[in-house]
Amino acid sequence: MAATALEGRSPAFIYRHTVLVRITHWINVVCITFLLMSGLQIFNAHPALYVGQKSDFDHPVLAMTARNTPDGPVGETTILGHSFDTSGILGMSYYDGVPRARGFPSWITVPSYQDLATGRRWHFFFAWLFFINGAVYLAASLATRHIWRDLVPSWSQIRAIGPTIWHHLKLKFPHEREYNVLQKLTYLTMVAGVLPLVVLTGLTMSPGVNAIVPWLVEVFGGRQTARTIHFICATLIVLFILVHVLLVLVSGVWNNLRSMVTGRYRVDVAGGDHG
Amino acid sequence: MAEMLSRRRFLLGTTSAAAALALSGCDILDDASQGNFRNVLASAEELTRATQRFFLSPTSMAKEFTEADIGKNFRANGSTSPDDPEYLRLAANGFADWKLKVGGLVETPLELSLADLRAMPSRTQITRHDCVEGWSCIGKWTGVQLALVLDEAKLKPEAKYILFTCADELEKTLDGSGRYYESHGLEDAFHPQTILAYEMNGAPLPIPHGAPVRLRVERQLGYKQPKYIMRIDAVDSLEKFGSGNGGFWEDRGYEWYAGI
Ligand code: HEM
Ligand code: HEM
Repeated sequence: MAATALEGRSPAFIYRHTVLVRITHWINVVCITFLLMSGLQIFNAHPALYVGQKSDFDHPVLAMTARNTPDGPVGETTILGHSFDTSGILGMSYYDGVPRARGFPSWITVPSYQDLATGRRWHFFFAWLFFINGAVYLAASLATRHIWRDLVPSWSQIRAIGPTIWHHLKLKFPHEREYNVLQKLTYLTMVAGVLPLVVLTGLTMSPGVNAIVPWLVEVFGGRQTARTIHFICATLIVLFILVHVLLVLVSGVWNNLRSMVTGRYRVDVAGGDHG
Repeated sequence: MAEMLSRRRFLLGTTSAAAALALSGCDILDDASQGNFRNVLASAEELTRATQRFFLSPTSMAKEFTEADIGKNFRANGSTSPDDPEYLRLAANGFADWKLKVGGLVETPLELSLADLRAMPSRTQITRHDCVEGWSCIGKWTGVQLALVLDEAKLKPEAKYILFTCADELEKTLDGSGRYYESHGLEDAFHPQTILAYEMNGAPLPIPHGAPVRLRVERQLGYKQPKYIMRIDAVDSLEKFGSGNGGFWEDRGYEWYAGI
């Protein structure tokens, strides 16, 4: 977000995102889409999560199961001992009209049919791409101070967090040069927190990596805990995407998307001198 | 006005594109899973193997646990009771007649009984078993290091892989192509924690876990640790066996290097 006004153009437009941020952002969107869909395929091979080093099969923290009842098959999701009927979506869903015992339904997994080997092929291919892309983004963003300048909120922004939340609730979005404090905090949480964490917990599940860096699995409290944290990270990423895309849509979809493709962003106050 | 129109057209365009994508998306991805694109995806496996090999030294060890960590119900996966008549005959008298054949590209082919294996120096290790499906169990294994057996047989210089032939048929086929087999490179075959285990949790290896002898390779996933081993061969290429991918599961699409 090098905030240099484009010379010779309408002063209401600024150059908001560097080419590096734009390219890595869209590669990241592709990677995360496939990682999520193939991850859910992998999850379906054993749709249960545990804590610790080993699986306590009788006490999963989360499990998706199917069972037959006099009224037909039902799908059940159990979280920390509480069961919910999730027929049709989780535990049991329909594939070509036939009820199947499956963690997540076929329309959200790649491939659509049950195939762990192929799911792993997709996952590890895009894991590499995601890792390289993320490393390029982080290295460049640290070098150019993008993270400090554009993602770490200033004190004045943090003090004004109340009014910013109020603006969001009223769906009023001032178009300014800088990200607002809520944007900064969520983006920072993603790029410096959740996304590195999903890579680290992914690597922790590898017995090879365990032999290379034995302390990593201890940090996460065991391989099965790492798998559970990996899943929680994936869930947080999905929640982020829902809110992120919703806000992109309601806060001026054209302006936002243009800025994330070409870099050009229309601000409310021409040449406004913020922070 | 112009902006209104373009916005409406944009929304219309994106919604119908999204709908079309959702409908055909599954088919496209399913096709891509099978066709040439699969080879593109598979290229990541080579990168993973090379990277892990670069960082792993021959002596990097898998973590060893304590007695207190051993789990109560260690899951038995894959075959749990082979029905091969020859195997059933051997099992009927406690594998007293079982002989492990070691051959292929070796100077001295061997035939080792369970008593022979037990007479060799043993190694005991409490390790975590990670299944490709995602679960883990912890168990205690006692056996003889594969390196000792291979040293006794003396590999010829051409030997590149160690191939394990098992007694169980995991998939019933007319041509026998469903018989379990596996293979390892020499780095893993000679690793100190790679053992031919004949005991589990202090008792003779039970049939569901691969009696009389199974392999433990602690830095890879469960399917790389064949049970019911009948033969061990040193080979220079994996092409001639099964469909040529180096193992039962590899022939069904799984990675040969299962370090993740
Ligand atoms: C797949 C998950 C996604 C993640 C993890 C993600 C993450 C991010 C991050 C971290 C930023 C800030 C970039 C920076 O300045 O360094 C950003 C900006 C942006 N993203 Fe995403 N994004 C995702 C998906 C999407 C999608 C699907 C869209 C389109 C609908 C989108 C549209 C945008 C736009 C327009 C911006 C610029 C926001 C602004 O200038 O106010 N993102 N995204
Ligand atoms: C470099 C990045 C990543 C690596 C190395 C990685 C690695 C792995 C591995 C090894 C597994 C198999 C676990 C098992 O044995 O069951 C797995 C599962 C999974 N992955 Fe990833 N992953 C990465 C990124 C992601 C991302 C970004 C997402 C989501 C958006 C994701 C979602 C999942 C899900 C849902 C599963 C199913 C099991 C679970 O939740 O742990 N992964 N991943």
